[in-house]
Amino acid sequence: MTPLPESASFVLLRLSERRFAVAASDIAELVAPSRVFRFPHMTNEVEGVVVRRGRIVPVIDVAGRLIGRRLTSRRFYLIAQRRYTTGTEWIALPVTGDCELIFSEMIPANEADLPHVAGWLSHNGDVIEVLNLNALTPGPSPAPPQTSVADNQRQEAFL
Amino acid sequence: MRLPAPAKAQPVRSEQIILFRISGQLFAVSSASVQEVRSVDTLAGSAHEIPQSEIRKVRHTVQRGEHNLYVVNGALHFNLPPSHAALVFVLRRTRTALLVDGIEKMTTMTRLQALPQAFCNEERNWYRGITAIDQIVVPVVKPEGFLTPDELFALDSVVDPALTPTGEEAHEAQATDRAAQDSATSDVSSAFSVGTTLDSASSIQ
Repeated sequence: MTPLPESASFVLLRLSERRFAVAASDIAELVAPSRVFRFPHMTNEVEGVVVRRGRIVPVIDVAGRLIGRRLTSRRFYLIAQRRYTTGTEWIALPVTGDCELIFSEMIPANEADLPHVAGWLSHNGDVIEVLNLNALTPGPSPAPPQTSVADNQRQEAFL
Repeated sequence: MRLPAPAKAQPVRSEQIILFRISGQLFAVSSASVQEVRSVDTLAGSAHEIPQSEIRKVRHTVQRGEHNLYVVNGALHFNLPPSHAALVFVLRRTRTALLVDGIEKMTTMTRLQALPQAFCNEERNWYRGITAIDQIVVPVVKPEGFLTPDELFALDSVVDPALTPTGEEAHEAQATDRAAQDSATSDVSSAFSVGTTLDSASSIQ
C-alpha cells in the first residue's frame, strides 16, 4: 500500500545548484556566517564551531555527502536541531543561498532510499529530497525517532 | 505590602586554567591538573630515549620515583604540524609529561560546555569540553586522554619488559589503569591547588 502524503512545513535550502528540504520543526534560525573556531579533531564532517546565543555550535558541511564536493563559499548558516539518544543539540549547516519556508506534502522515503532521505516533496516542478539530519550528520550512535525534545546543549556549568 | 526577599545570588564557581599553544593552536588545561612546568632544556638531562616504540608521539621517558613518565609530543598527538616545544607539563595523576610550545596565559573559566556530540571520534577522549575565553573558543584538554591504557601497556612493555605483567596479570593491570582513568575523569577539581609550583614565573624553569 502506498503511504499517504503528509502535509507539513519545510525549509528549502540551497547547496550550490541543488535544493534540499528540512522539516521546519527542526530549524531554529538562519544566520549570517560568523567566525568559525577550529581545533584538532578526527570527525571529518565537522569544520569547527561557532558561538551562537552563548552556545558553542558545531559547523557541519553536509555538501560533501549530498552533492559530492565541499562548499567553497557560504551565504548563511542554517541552525538546526540534531537529535541524539541523550537529547537534542544545535548544529550549523552552511548553505549557499536564500532559504524558503514552504508548505507541502511529503511522500515518506521507502527502503530503496538512502538513510539520510526522510522523504520527497514536489515544489515548483522539482522533486526535492527531504533530509533526515539524524542520519546525515555525525553522531555517536543511531538517533531515536523524531520527538519534540527541547533539552538543548548539555553544559557542565560552574554556576 | 511586603516584597519577597530577593533571591540570593549563587557564587559563581570558577576554575583556574592555563592557556597554552601547540603548533600555533590554543588549548586549555586545568591548573590543578598540572603538577609541574619545566623547560625542555632542564628535562633533557634526565630523559631517556625509547629505542623502539610503536607509539610515535612518545619518544622519551623520564624516571619519577617508581614510575616512568612518558613524554608526549603534543603536535603528534593532535595531528598538528611539527613544532618546537619549549616547555613540558608534568600532568598530575597521570604518567604523562606533555611537550608544549609555550604558555599563553593563566586565566579563569566559569563555564565548560560539553563537547558537542557531532564530535564522535577520538577527540572525545582528548577533551573535557570547550570553553570561551575573551570570545575565543578553546578546547579544554583531558589530562588522562594523552595516553590510553593500551598505549601505556605498550610503552611499559618496551621500556621495562621485566616489570610488564603477562597473561591474566596484564588484563588486571590494564583494568586497573582504566579504573584509574575513569576515577581521574570524574574528579573535576575546581581549586587551584598546584601549590607553589605554578605560583610564579620563576617556577617555570
